[in-house]
Amino acid sequence: MTTTTAPSAPSSAAEEFEQRRRSPLQRLQLVLHRRPELSPAAVLLVAVIIFGLINERFWQPANLSLVLQQVAVVAALAVGQTLIILTAGIDLSVGAVMILATVVIGYLVSARGAPGWLALLVGIVVGTGAGLLNGFLVTRIRLPPFIVTLGTLNILTAIALLVSGGISVPGSELGGLLTFTGTSFPVGPFRVTTGVLVVLALYAVVGFALRQTAWGRHVYAVGDDAEASRLAGISVNRVLLSVYTIAGLIFGLTAWVLIGRAGSASPNAGVEANLDSITAVVIGGTSLFGGRGSLLGTLLGAITVGVFRNGLALAGVDVLYQTLVVGVLVIAAVAVDQWIRRVKA
Amino acid sequence: MSAPVGATAPAGQVDRGAPVLRAEGLVKTYGRVVGLDGVDLEVHPGEVLAIIGDNGAGKSTLIKCLTGAVVPDRGQLYLDERPITFKRPQDARDAGIETVYQTLAVAPALDIASNIFLGREQRRKGVLGSVFRMLDTAGMRASAEEKVRALGIQTIQNMTQTVETLSGGQRQAVAVARAAAFGSKVVVLDEPTAALGVKESGQVLRTIQELRASGLPVILISHNMPHVFEVADRIHVQRLGRRAAVITPQTHSMTEAVAIMTGASPGR
Repeated sequence: MTTTTAPSAPSSAAEEFEQRRRSPLQRLQLVLHRRPELSPAAVLLVAVIIFGLINERFWQPANLSLVLQQVAVVAALAVGQTLIILTAGIDLSVGAVMILATVVIGYLVSARGAPGWLALLVGIVVGTGAGLLNGFLVTRIRLPPFIVTLGTLNILTAIALLVSGGISVPGSELGGLLTFTGTSFPVGPFRVTTGVLVVLALYAVVGFALRQTAWGRHVYAVGDDAEASRLAGISVNRVLLSVYTIAGLIFGLTAWVLIGRAGSASPNAGVEANLDSITAVVIGGTSLFGGRGSLLGTLLGAITVGVFRNGLALAGVDVLYQTLVVGVLVIAAVAVDQWIRRVKA
Repeated sequence: MSAPVGATAPAGQVDRGAPVLRAEGLVKTYGRVVGLDGVDLEVHPGEVLAIIGDNGAGKSTLIKCLTGAVVPDRGQLYLDERPITFKRPQDARDAGIETVYQTLAVAPALDIASNIFLGREQRRKGVLGSVFRMLDTAGMRASAEEKVRALGIQTIQNMTQTVETLSGGQRQAVAVARAAAFGSKVVVLDEPTAALGVKESGQVLRTIQELRASGLPVILISHNMPHVFEVADRIHVQRLGRRAAVITPQTHSMTEAVAIMTGASPGR
């Protein structure tokens, strides 16, 4: 037991001293702590400048437009992945959900003669259902998200191959609406596909919900400290279930972007997207421990990966080294996150 | 600090008006372990009731019964003399009983205003709020600042600061401000000074006095006798799952309180 009397020392002097004692490095740590998307922004800026200096074709509008189209699918999946990682979860099944939705759409149109809009709607419903299943297993059966989504990754991948028979449905059979996301139009010197616009709209809508609504705040709070959120009256399970379900809806919608990009409904397109989406989120500065990060960072992270792959290719670097560099980026990003999290008051 | 009303008379003999919160014969067992063995408790308007007791005396279980975290096996709670049952913490919150947990229950990465309004966010007026569900961030910040000022908390200045950048005492202040802002009946503080330094403890004790001055009764659970004797109007001594005595800082010394707590003295 400690014996104390009521004290009344001036509080500000010591705090001011603390303020002054900060080194430039500590100040950087504080700034990054407030705005975690600044580190991917800096990396992206430097990368764009350097790759342009190495090969000036990199800066050409046609090439930059291509980078955007290349990252659109992973960037879209990363929206859902960000929501899940913000709650301190992880989803290994994002690509599998998207591919399942894709082959369901292809199957309905080619084998059942369904109209494109109906097939798309069913595909999105299938994605939402898969997300709901993940969320149910995480919140009701209380399994760790890593294990749940590892399981559904395998299950959904198998179902997708069973439904499709491993065969792609070409874009010519799918019709105008489903391949609409692959059509492009000029914006100044750039060429933008409709798919890229769909992805940007997705970022705008989900970004608004995260920043401006109580639901978004609860997503952060649950990932930050689930027990504190529960004590504050937030229904943690309801928030988690909503996050996994909305993520599933996003993955279903991404199937549309994938069909436009690939020009077909294929069970083999985008298989590496599961881990690529996590890469984008992590490079974007969102913490794997939950509660910290932003959708803007994820967008920057997805573009950064695309810029590195494209820039290294234009610099004549072997494709294996591109993968190697992305791996280094991931580890560096997590290391920076760990350092930021150690910020002192 | 000023002497509380009825300081010269032994507790229980002074008319303090009807209790805001009253517990009658609370029993809670965990298997063969008896947590509470028929505990009575009452909190009157505008008083600080301290609950002291040795480890295992049933302090935590008692508090959990009052705040809905634990449902007692037997016994009855009365709020403003009307029977009431709490099945979940949310029930107690809805009834106006706010708790500051020892763990503080704050989200470190969120800012102060967000934490004060966590789970009770306010939306903007008009279409922006009703259709687009937009939060009234500026309004919540202003009102959070107002609530913090009203409690006389000077250590917190910037409502947009994240909680993890605050010291232990400042975090405590945020949690207390939240409880005071929404607790319309009773504020329960569980070991509010346990993790704090001397200066910060003093701030929390002053805040408790501010709460009492505003007319809000406070239940204070603490191991720290000097703190208890500094702010409490009455002290509920819990021992072996029962209420051993209710004393006041004026009628008993700290040594006597500890004696009742440990069973060396029978109390009363």
